[in-house]
Amino acid sequence: MVKYVVKRIFLAILTVIVISMITFLAMNAIPGGPFNKEKATSPAVIAALETRYNLDKPLPQQYLLYMNNLIHGDPGVSLKTGRNISDIIAESFPISAKLGLSASLFAVAIGLVLGSIAALMRNKLPDRLIIFFTTLITAIPAFVLATLLLYTFGIRLGIVHVWSPGKSNIVLPVIALACYPMAYVTRLTKTSMLDALNQDYIRTAKAKGVGNTKVIFKHGLRNALIPVITYVGPMIAYIITGSMVVESIFTIGGLGSKFINAITNRDYTLIMATTIFLAVIMVIANLITDIVYKLVDPRITLE
Amino acid sequence: MTKEFKKTLLSAQVDLSKFTPATDEEKHQQEVMSESTTFFKDGMRRLRKNPLAVGSAVVLVLLLLIIIFAPMIVPYNYAQIVKGAGNLSPFQYSDGELSRIAAGESVFPHIFGTDSLGRDYFIRVVYGTRVSLSVGLFASLLVLIIGLIYGSVSGYIGGKVDMVMMRIVDIIYSLPDMLLIILLSVVLRETLTPIIEGTVMAKLGTNMLSLFIVFGLLYWVSMARLIRGQILTIKQNEYVLAAKCIGTSAPRIIRRHIIPNCLSVIIITTALQIPSAIFTESYLSFMGLGVSAPMPSLGSLANEARASIQSYPGKLLFPALAICLIVLALNLLGDGLRDAFDPKLKR
Repeated sequence: MVKYVVKRIFLAILTVIVISMITFLAMNAIPGGPFNKEKATSPAVIAALETRYNLDKPLPQQYLLYMNNLIHGDPGVSLKTGRNISDIIAESFPISAKLGLSASLFAVAIGLVLGSIAALMRNKLPDRLIIFFTTLITAIPAFVLATLLLYTFGIRLGIVHVWSPGKSNIVLPVIALACYPMAYVTRLTKTSMLDALNQDYIRTAKAKGVGNTKVIFKHGLRNALIPVITYVGPMIAYIITGSMVVESIFTIGGLGSKFINAITNRDYTLIMATTIFLAVIMVIANLITDIVYKLVDPRITLE
Repeated sequence: MTKEFKKTLLSAQVDLSKFTPATDEEKHQQEVMSESTTFFKDGMRRLRKNPLAVGSAVVLVLLLLIIIFAPMIVPYNYAQIVKGAGNLSPFQYSDGELSRIAAGESVFPHIFGTDSLGRDYFIRVVYGTRVSLSVGLFASLLVLIIGLIYGSVSGYIGGKVDMVMMRIVDIIYSLPDMLLIILLSVVLRETLTPIIEGTVMAKLGTNMLSLFIVFGLLYWVSMARLIRGQILTIKQNEYVLAAKCIGTSAPRIIRRHIIPNCLSVIIITTALQIPSAIFTESYLSFMGLGVSAPMPSLGSLANEARASIQSYPGKLLFPALAICLIVLALNLLGDGLRDAFDPKLKR
């Protein structure tokens, strides 16, 4: 077990390094520096700015300098606004985290319930309805869903505040973000639940007189949960990227919309810091998922 | 008495004149075997029994016919601006067109209305569907080719080579794909523009190219893993050993014995890859990183419609419906193909 965990952690660190290198190289490949503006800046000023932000040094040295600062908790300042990036992240990440966590919880909770119902009432009306709607939902892109929700509830019905940042309601963004993972969890739960209910131990439990509820929850659902756990990692990745679009549609000032702004503004340092930050979150989520997955099910052998 | 009893017991004593040879027709009645069927025929038979898959195939064929033939019938172009005809509702005519109709000229109706610049919206949605579908198809083919080559080499050679190749896959697999896609689209858009200036590729647009490059760089890994896994199982079979014994070369074994046996899995995964590529493209177009204007894609049309959703909500409906319809049909068809061709699920 320890060997496996160490191996996974090593791979995770390697992944983060690769991502930071790709990001760094990609950012430097873009023609046109961050100081290119409509009005001409004197070469002396540009040279001074470049020295200030270490942009005049060779690339590998720039990279090492940057990583050294990053490890010491200083991702630098935004090249466009001059604000500390750590401040920007500290301010916008909680908003995204709240949105993402609510959406994940919503997706898993509803998905588990719907999936179990579909499995237990196989080929009956509730099952067919659930499968019909989840299939439909997986075909709708998040941005279309978000725009439709905004239009119906925000503009047509006027139930939810829309255009006021800070005051905006979190319910609609959460629904827009959670729908796709929810549909996926539902289908996953249904198949794994059906699989679990066909196992010999379920028959044994029934034969020795265990009650129906206990069979479903203790023997069925517990085993059906294992494939769902493996989906948590990809789900977090989906929610982080999905939240960029949803945040900008609902004008929520989270990390996702900051990332998109940074890209349109070519704010190198902010793009790098945001990419690495989000990548670290995804890598950690995947790491935890993998370890928990092996811990939960003792049948899975470790290499 | 005993002598006669023995006589009836022996079968050689049967009176042959009482029997007649069976006719050909009677012989045929004894054949219980049904007509021999191939794997493909068997799968198609099962696919035809699945109404959802058949329905999806019909929808896809209809969509294909529309996007192929509609531009030949409709006299408008996706970039052509009809003056004074901005933001028309479906089947509405502009004042200029109305006076032309009054003068006895026949004007082709704007089936979905027009957009804010006065471009025929139906033809824009048709071209958008063309772009989105072809992006999905080519991106999936790219993923298939790279994944197939990488996976079969890694799986067939095995040993240390396999170890190293799969560690590379592990690292690429754990990269957050969407983040890198966004990042690379931005970078490639800036860097590719001067390189492809004046070539055929300039017509395709840098965004489209960067989309393919990104797919080629990142998305092949799951296909490579899948094919490697298939090959590792198939490699153990006796017929591969037999082929090796008679001195068949490695590429021939891969081509003749291994690939045909994992073909169904490959086809199904590719079919299910197309909707995901369409999703990614529409997502990027939605953020302004997709195809370059004035060329429309379903994602960029939806994005344009979002800006004016308060006044013209109908504009979002058409591209959104087109995306949903394509993705839904492809998903259902892919599921149907899996049920029909995956031998592991055969009942």
